[in-house]
Amino acid sequence: MTTRTIQGQKNLQKINQASKDGIGGSPLRPDGTLKVKGEFAYSSDLWHEDMLWGTALRSPHPRANILSVDVSEALAVPGVYAVLTHEDVPGEKYYGLEIADQPALAIDKVRYHGEAIALVAADHPETARRAVKKIKVEYEVLTPITTEEQCLDPETHGYVHEPHEYRSHAYGNVCHEQRLVSGLGVTDEVRALADVVVSGEYEVGMQDQAFLGPESGLAVPAEDGGVDLYVATQWLHVDRQQMAPVLDLPLEKVRLTLAGVGGAFGGREDLSMQIHACLLALRTGKPVKIVYARDESFFGHVHRHPARMRYEHGATRDGKLVFADCRIVLDGGAYASASPAVVGNAASLGHGPYVIPNVRMHAIALYSNNPSCGAMRGFGAVQAAFGYESQMDRLAEALGMDPVELRQLNAVTQGDRMPTGQEIDAPAPVAELLQRVKDMPLPPPLDLEHLDVRTLPGALSNTSHGEGIVRGVGYSVGIKNVGFSEGFDDYSTARVRLEVIGGEPVAMVHTAMAEVGQGGVTVHAQIARTELGVEQVTIHPANTEVGSAGSTSASRQTYMTGGAVKLAAEAVRHELLERGRHRYGWTQDDLALVGGKVVSASAGVLIPIVDLLGEDAVEQTREHHHRPTVPFDKETGQGFGHVQYTFCANRAVVDVDVELGLVKVVELTAVQDVGKALNPLSVVGQIQGGCTQALGLAVMEEIVVEDGKVRNASFTDYLIPTILDTPPIPVQILELPDPHAPYGLRGVGEAPTVSATPSIVAAIRQATGKALNRIPVRPEHLTDTL
Amino acid sequence: MEFLRPATWDEALAAKAEHPTALPISGGTDVMVEMNFDVHRPSAILDLNRITELTEWSSDGDVVRLGAAVPYARIIEELSGPLPGLALAAHTVGSPQIRNRGSVGGNLGAASPAGDSHPALLAAGRGVSVEAHSVRGVRLVPIDEFYVGVKRNSLEPDELIGAVRIPVADGPQQFSKIGTRNAMVIAVCAFGFALHPKDGTVGTGIGSAAPTPRRAVEAEEYLRGVLAERGLWESGELLGPEVVQRFGELVKAAASPIDDVRGTADYRRHALAVMARRTLTWCWNDYRKQIRSAA
Repeated sequence: MTTRTIQGQKNLQKINQASKDGIGGSPLRPDGTLKVKGEFAYSSDLWHEDMLWGTALRSPHPRANILSVDVSEALAVPGVYAVLTHEDVPGEKYYGLEIADQPALAIDKVRYHGEAIALVAADHPETARRAVKKIKVEYEVLTPITTEEQCLDPETHGYVHEPHEYRSHAYGNVCHEQRLVSGLGVTDEVRALADVVVSGEYEVGMQDQAFLGPESGLAVPAEDGGVDLYVATQWLHVDRQQMAPVLDLPLEKVRLTLAGVGGAFGGREDLSMQIHACLLALRTGKPVKIVYARDESFFGHVHRHPARMRYEHGATRDGKLVFADCRIVLDGGAYASASPAVVGNAASLGHGPYVIPNVRMHAIALYSNNPSCGAMRGFGAVQAAFGYESQMDRLAEALGMDPVELRQLNAVTQGDRMPTGQEIDAPAPVAELLQRVKDMPLPPPLDLEHLDVRTLPGALSNTSHGEGIVRGVGYSVGIKNVGFSEGFDDYSTARVRLEVIGGEPVAMVHTAMAEVGQGGVTVHAQIARTELGVEQVTIHPANTEVGSAGSTSASRQTYMTGGAVKLAAEAVRHELLERGRHRYGWTQDDLALVGGKVVSASAGVLIPIVDLLGEDAVEQTREHHHRPTVPFDKETGQGFGHVQYTFCANRAVVDVDVELGLVKVVELTAVQDVGKALNPLSVVGQIQGGCTQALGLAVMEEIVVEDGKVRNASFTDYLIPTILDTPPIPVQILELPDPHAPYGLRGVGEAPTVSATPSIVAAIRQATGKALNRIPVRPEHLTDTL
Repeated sequence: MEFLRPATWDEALAAKAEHPTALPISGGTDVMVEMNFDVHRPSAILDLNRITELTEWSSDGDVVRLGAAVPYARIIEELSGPLPGLALAAHTVGSPQIRNRGSVGGNLGAASPAGDSHPALLAAGRGVSVEAHSVRGVRLVPIDEFYVGVKRNSLEPDELIGAVRIPVADGPQQFSKIGTRNAMVIAVCAFGFALHPKDGTVGTGIGSAAPTPRRAVEAEEYLRGVLAERGLWESGELLGPEVVQRFGELVKAAASPIDDVRGTADYRRHALAVMARRTLTWCWNDYRKQIRSAA
């Protein structure tokens, strides 16, 4: 083997050229074309010979005692292989993401509309559904506990969980609470320091993640007595951790592989069909597939917490914030899910990206007989942003100030402290984001001469030919944390292998990261290309054969698992170069892997990677831990609780038909600091998607719950934006590196979902003059016909 | 569940006579949704997709005979001239995929008060009728007598909808629908309006604001009277805000909506008045242009 050295500056430039599909490039997603063409295999497409179909019997009542369950008629249906109730659960009866308070199958009582009571496995889905209807349940129906007032008066209205059942710090139907005080807090003396005080009460309806791929998976019993589950989820390892004790199996006998995920947005953080399919598979000894129907999906996952919030802000005459006081009540529904962490976020981020000398905050999540609420994109920061940004507009009006200038005057910047006392030790260009979004050109005014009804509120419903249309413009900014907070070590693991396949160096990246549509698999390949100088990268299926990758949530995957891939790839590179140094006696300290070769900045190309590797493979596994955080103090809320902050500013331009109360968002502009855009195309996609989901919350998306019963468990009546509702979304990206993060990057996916909603509501307020203290804004709110 | 798949219209009628509880299906945009929701588990499904004449329409210049299964997409493309109100309504149905499959026959079969076709059919004139076919023959059901209750029509158990007969428009027609998003939405409420200068009448249709689709009869009578008394058909003069306002109020009064997950009764009444005023204004402006250019 010879070492070729090419001298000369010209050649060096050529060989040093990094792959265009490395980081900073925008290679297309491997799953993109398949998904557009309808050829991508989702978890609902899984199939196994001789498989059975599982389905669940769900409660029609939000609160009831179960007096008896008779499964005999269901068992007698030909084709039925098993009917299970809680008595058939072999291990722990309860599970949960943070608090194990949810029974795998209801035990003696149901706490929400749609709670699973029994399971059926049959040789055909229709047979299973028919058998479910033959299960006889005798209920003692109780009055559900559904309002804040009812929840907080358990002596009168009762307990959702009996206090002796509490597995955490819950009390009196309060699942979790967080207080926060900073500066002097908020007292009469502090209030007296303010020249202007504004207050408001705000309400956020229950939004759904509305992913299109319903909960589904396939459980296959294994010869070792364990089970293999193929499932669409957000975090394989935490699913396993919750499943194994219920199945009474050791962790290593519960093996999970990620199946094709049709969207998540937080709705797959909790278990849905995982335990149920495995129980049925282990009982019948046959593979069992469960696919939720659309209505079942609305019952089968948690939603965004509805919120009631009270805010009070005081400022000096020249617009400097003096104090802010806030109480946030989140309805957590029947089971804890992620409520404690959502409360922590609401409390710590609930005053927004502003410098406020004196702060008080009290955030709680209730237990109720409403549907359980947990993780959804924005995670506690969304609800609060509607409150504090509405307050900023109200304050600007009271002061006679420009709303953007007021925000800029009080905006945090690097070096400032959050109300938690945590110093923001990375760029926080809040004022700049606002300036940039304000400086973007406005869309042209409505052209009444050349009307296209599709561009008007109501569009092809033909409700206006220009009548009643008023334009409004609104601004907002938001703050979101990245990664898990409050002392949680949500590390990620990556295994990277480099070997020669077909004469080319090929990197294999193996993680347990759930690709839920965010584009992580694209980014992992980009990182491997950049770090290893190869073009060919294979992404290994995500499974539990490698260490945890943490959750695909909290805008954390590129930071955390991307960071782990970087570490593992660097370790592979190090080992490879060490091998070369050892073998060939290289002494240069400027070695790199570029274009499939080992190159030296001073000595040029040293050797092709294929020649250095030969028959060997180099494999390294690394864990990536973010810097440690601490829990917030229970009473003062103080603590270095968050890993990273991220900010987005928006401007919304809306046309409102003020007579009919119909809204068309004309344009929704976003400016966001992403630290470093690893894949600029994906970054823009994330920001546009986040804005669109925020638009949904602003004007249409709500699960309607009446007395604990869900009234619109379908896409007929749970409306999400269509393309005619989705405006052009111009995006400007700032890249101010965060010194603590891999490549300086910042999590991208959630900030726009936090920030965009208030800008749309502000624009509608400007057009209509209405107060609009509740979202989603409905036509009734705009026409006083509620 | 039996699946019946007749090859001819006669076979279909025979099958319906033999299986009166069989549920006819064509595009399936409504039937399949209801089955997915477990609302219906019919004993039999009668698939009409092999019967090509159901997807044909014809016109003698006065009346369009619209086959029950002509999809909305073709109504928009081929019939916006003779049936402008129905074509506007067809534009608001679901998504492009649904408009490629769904049909007026399906809307009539389901007889949902929220069906988008109904207000346009009611407004299109007193001559609109539904052809109810059975082995016993063909019965013409006037559209006013077709809707009898929530999701109930006046078909006999052995009858199938063969076609709808709709007079060719002799004046401007409009259709407006409220939804809480800008496309692919079930009507919160809807309104159809038509001017019929030939016989000096006007037509109205209210959707999603009563147990059945219905006309605003008093509003029609009021406007007919005003147009006749003031000689407006001939003069083409402006109606004036009082007339438009009064018409809107009468349309509003004709509705008996409920509060539900899609909207409140108050909003529906309010929106109907607004849509009535606007569609009347649009139609009248078009009519004025027509008679001026004719003059």
